[in-house]
Amino acid sequence: MSVKSYGSRIDGASEMGVVADTIRDKLTAAFAPVELAVTDESWRHAGHAGAGDGSGETHFDVRVVSAAFTGLGRVARQRAVNEVLRVELAGPVHALSIKAAAPGE
Amino acid sequence: MTEVQTPADPVQAFISETVGANPVVLFMKGVPEQPRCGFSALVVQILDHMGVDFVGIDVLQDDDIRQGIKTYSDWPTVPQLYVKGEFIGGSDIVREMFQAGELKPLFAEQGLLPD
Repeated sequence: MSVKSYGSRIDGASEMGVVADTIRDKLTAAFAPVELAVTDESWRHAGHAGAGDGSGETHFDVRVVSAAFTGLGRVARQRAVNEVLRVELAGPVHALSIKAAAPGE
Repeated sequence: MTEVQTPADPVQAFISETVGANPVVLFMKGVPEQPRCGFSALVVQILDHMGVDFVGIDVLQDDDIRQGIKTYSDWPTVPQLYVKGEFIGGSDIVREMFQAGELKPLFAEQGLLPD
């Protein structure tokens, strides 16, 4: 690609947050959530097994509220989220804390 | 037709036998006395708090089990809690159920709570 896109790389956004953005994008596309919060909790886990050197994005907290979860049990909801984030869970993401709810819960 | 009830894979068979033979099983990182992951520690803490006896299987001791448990319940993470052979969930679900007051009746129905 010859499109010059480095402008967005050198502005405020650092390398940190790439994985968080991917998680946000995928969950938005899959569930059209009415509420979505993706928090990078990696700093809490720096230094323990699986956390790497503490500089990467490895631990996330996700809260997602979507009508897609209405009528689903807890296991089914989390499976749905895990499925959407399968690639991330198999790669950079070491731990994902998920709170999936339907609107009004 | 695929039959998953009696797995030929020895690791799957071990997991199946373990959750079948013990009323409460927690696949975890570390041992109950010394969990090596905050998520595992949380579930141990909740079970201890409720006074539920359980068998802890340390997946860090065996990479085959560590991988095998993920496919057993099609669940990508550890810890995993099983009650009477049934997969209940990971740490998020156990915590949510505990906070919602759903865990106690689950164990009580199975006669797994102390008097």
